[in-house]
Amino acid sequence: MHMSDTVIQNHEPNYLEYQGRYKGIFAWIFSTDHKRIGLLYLYSMLVLFSAAAILGLLMKIELIAPGKTIMDAQTYNSFFTLHGITMIFLIVVPGLPAVFGNFFLPLMIGAKDVAFPKLNLLSWWIYIAGAAIVLSSQFFGDGPPDTGWTFYAPYSFRTGTNMLPAVTGAFILGFSSIATGINFIVTMHRMRAPGMTWMKMPLFPWALYGTSWIQVLATPIVGITLLMIVLERTLQIGFFDPALGGDPILYQHLFWIYSHPAVYIMILPAMGVISEIIPTFARKTIFGYKAIVVSTLAIAFVGYFVWGHHMFTSGMSGTALYTFSILTFLVAIPSAIKIFNWVATLHKASIDIQTPFLWALCFLFVFMIGGLSGMVLGALSANVHLHDTAFVVAHFHFIVFGGTGYAFFGALHYWYPKMFGRMYDKGWANIGLAVFFTGFNTLYLPMFYLGMIGMPRRYYDYVEEFHGPNIVSSFGAMLMISGLVIIITNLVRSARKGEIAEADPWKGKTLEWTVASPPPLENFAEIPVVTKRPYDYE
Amino acid sequence: MEKEQHTHIVKYKTYVFVLIALLLMTFTSVAITSLNLGPYTVSAALLLAGSKSLLVLLIFMHLKFDKKFYSIMVGGVFLLFASVIFITFLDYLYR
Ligand code: HEM
Ligand SMILES: [Cu+2]
Repeated sequence: MHMSDTVIQNHEPNYLEYQGRYKGIFAWIFSTDHKRIGLLYLYSMLVLFSAAAILGLLMKIELIAPGKTIMDAQTYNSFFTLHGITMIFLIVVPGLPAVFGNFFLPLMIGAKDVAFPKLNLLSWWIYIAGAAIVLSSQFFGDGPPDTGWTFYAPYSFRTGTNMLPAVTGAFILGFSSIATGINFIVTMHRMRAPGMTWMKMPLFPWALYGTSWIQVLATPIVGITLLMIVLERTLQIGFFDPALGGDPILYQHLFWIYSHPAVYIMILPAMGVISEIIPTFARKTIFGYKAIVVSTLAIAFVGYFVWGHHMFTSGMSGTALYTFSILTFLVAIPSAIKIFNWVATLHKASIDIQTPFLWALCFLFVFMIGGLSGMVLGALSANVHLHDTAFVVAHFHFIVFGGTGYAFFGALHYWYPKMFGRMYDKGWANIGLAVFFTGFNTLYLPMFYLGMIGMPRRYYDYVEEFHGPNIVSSFGAMLMISGLVIIITNLVRSARKGEIAEADPWKGKTLEWTVASPPPLENFAEIPVVTKRPYDYE
Repeated sequence: MEKEQHTHIVKYKTYVFVLIALLLMTFTSVAITSLNLGPYTVSAALLLAGSKSLLVLLIFMHLKFDKKFYSIMVGGVFLLFASVIFITFLDYLYR
């Protein structure tokens, strides 16, 4: 059925060839086409990601031996700050919605674009402006910020470094996030193809729906909080600094009221991607579609109430401590439901093992380790021992890099033929994944152990007892970066040189596979009428 | 797209009343700071600010005349906000 449709559409210019009002690079940076905007984000993020990954590698090289290896303490402090700010605020928070949400949401629900294409382009511009301001903190003023990505009070007022641009940039980035969220919510409410009821909508759009609500409702809180830092630093208003009559724990509350829901902004779309990849390669309807939808919304909702688990050692009241601990354990339930559903989908399936599927499998493996280590940290007693150690760093790299990062690369390998009309070299893609996956585990697994035996995070130095595992971990970092180089080189090269891809190389059943690869400018010559559920393989 | 797009026209008089009410409440919240209400100063200010927002939402922003669905959405958001504040106070009240 799909093939014949695409042949008819082939004479239309696809979105890559299309010539509009502007030429050259302007045809991209002023394009309101959701697909081009998706690629704008993709390219911006690949550049930023490569830079931040290199900072990470340099930190790991510093930690290969005790004492000063390649940088001094202050440089190390500014490296983990810039690494964290870039990875969190510029990559994993906007990441999947901005790149794949933009590109595929309209295609998957049978629409020609998002509801507000101009607002969409504005979001990208705000993103670039925010990124530029954040990065400017490195190059002028009193030296790069050194607070870590969390900007904790009162240090963020006392440090002599260049805080204002970093905080202001993060504030501006929030608007991009909110605008994208509103855009997606309206798109899903108003522009689903005829016949696509809510319960016939694919799971990646569903995940974006939950994510968008968090973006709209939680981002303003961090916005105000960052603004309060600016006011406190410039006008000496005492919100958080005890010396001015403020409360530093209030800062932690406000910061995590946003930043915990923000971890669900990162992970929900990742779960959505996995829910697309698994049924396609299992050739089976997803097990428990409704349970996945409900757990998506439940995660989005309960995720608002657990922020205090980042503050167990801050001196909060006992009542708050155990309330947050209980709520934290609750939020693991919907995540576990999803794991069960994915595994149940694989049960007795005739699986087609391809690169995107391998990424999804690796996701399941590392995400489980990340989630379970979260439970360890959610327990009050264990947390007192493990807070601010390498264990926490291992936890969130397993879950953020292992979750969102793996899903991002999985999505890239899954939708690549649709986006570029070409296929990457599958052999190299698998080798890259194998090297990356081995490196990833060699890098982060020892950090669980290091945290348990007491190695604190955010130090450039350590005592001799920690040396062995650190050597292993630093070696893992080099291996992992080599894997990334293979993966990215293969993808970049294949965009020009890869084999021409068919419209539906994986035999997917969702609407994006019914249009040509790359999709025509307006996606659908005729808006499809949906009669079936999204993963109909029977 | 939807057919039942009836436009509700609010009377000019209503707008003027709302404006006066908003102004009155603004003056009250300024005046209240000179009374010494102790710990209730903040609650009084919040109560007044809350009523003002409610008026703006209902009348100026037409929530009262729109579909029920929108009121439910806005209500849900306020409920979420209230729960977050409640949980925060589990720390402040018991510290
Ligand atoms: C099973 C669910 C999860 C539980 C129970 C959990 C629990 C925790 C706890 C208790 C901490 C604080 C540790 C400490 O500082 O002492 C923490 C830190 C963190 N978690 Fe999770 N987590 C879960 C899932 C996630 C997810 C899905 C993400 C992101 C996608 C995430 C990202 C983070 C990050 C970034 C930090 C560290 C923040 C920092 O201090 O820099 N977690 N987690
Ligand atoms: Cu959290």
